[in-house]
Amino acid sequence: MFQLDGNVEKALMTMSDNSPQENLKDLDKRLNQAREKSSANKQSISSIGKEQTYGYSMAVRIGTEMVAALIVGVGIGYSLDNWLETKPLFLVIFFFLGAGAGTLNVYRAARGLGVAPRYTEPTGGVVSLVKRKEAPDRDASEKKRK
Amino acid sequence: MANPLEQFTIKTLIPIPLGEVDASLTNSGLFMVLTVAAISLFLTIGMRQRLLVPGRWQSLAEISYEFIACMIRDNVGSEGRKYFPFVFSLFMFILFGNLIGLIPYAFTFTSHIAVTFAMAVVVFLGVTIIAIARHGLHFFSFFLPTGVPKVMAPVLVPIEILSYLSRPISLSIRLFANMMAGHTMMKVFAGFIIPLGILGGWAPLTVDVALTAFEFLVAFLQAYVFTVLTCLYLNDAIHLH
Repeated sequence: MFQLDGNVEKALMTMSDNSPQENLKDLDKRLNQAREKSSANKQSISSIGKEQTYGYSMAVRIGTEMVAALIVGVGIGYSLDNWLETKPLFLVIFFFLGAGAGTLNVYRAARGLGVAPRYTEPTGGVVSLVKRKEAPDRDASEKKRK
Repeated sequence: MANPLEQFTIKTLIPIPLGEVDASLTNSGLFMVLTVAAISLFLTIGMRQRLLVPGRWQSLAEISYEFIACMIRDNVGSEGRKYFPFVFSLFMFILFGNLIGLIPYAFTFTSHIAVTFAMAVVVFLGVTIIAIARHGLHFFSFFLPTGVPKVMAPVLVPIEILSYLSRPISLSIRLFANMMAGHTMMKVFAGFIIPLGILGGWAPLTVDVALTAFEFLVAFLQAYVFTVLTCLYLNDAIHLH
């Protein structure tokens, strides 16, 4: 499915003027050009949508990662305090631990390290943010396979 | 103006008291049953003819199969294949629940944290059990990443444990918060349309139309995110370090 643009129409109209073989070659060339153009357009459109969707899902993910770790930390601290009757002690400790875990989760999500417990790339290299932006999905899945 | 949170109230439809436990069929339960029925119909009727060149419904059924199969292959690898039925069911259940919830007067059961947390806990426990079954005690090295100085261990191990425990929370909060926020927002804007009258009512109506489209995106995206994270957790459990 592609649109007939000016080139193809022209080719169809001038068909009777030249020899049939030459005409076919010409038409073939123009058709290929049109196909390339339309496929290039399609690619850029789909990648724009992907980028936006990726950005939105990333934003939501990072927000909840932070909050979830804090909830777990404060929850554990609060219940330990209730149990051992040491009112503010464990709440304070686990609040900071939870904040640390939340930051760690956000760091891993943002750097595309996935969810595995590591601080750098498996190869030891540093993730290039620019490269990852271009192909977020492929890159993430490649890393997972290593 | 109608209460925008009224749509989330649980109503008992058929009371079924089982001793101390209240096992009544609620509107939430009814829509879960409807969702499962819709998925079964979609897949069985879609695949009924088994054509070599698929028709519309068969294409849809095949696309959903391939989508999840590719997701597992990319994120978990060939060892994840045996978990395909679970991941596929999870994805279809969330996706259909989200989409059916977009029909006016329908109930969105994924907007309740009780439902999403139950699903997240099943994923979390399942993944942990798989990890322990495959790797035994080596699983606990998960909480001390390689290359960490011993001095840092007393601080890092609790942080890693908290980070691990926060997985089901973040998984469930993300889905429930997205669905609930979207539906509340739509209702709030819808509540402004009639009171603002013919002159002013167009603005909230336009926002609501845009929000409806956005909600379709969110419905799909959240089902996708939930499943993809399940796959990532599964990958961690199978390929420990």
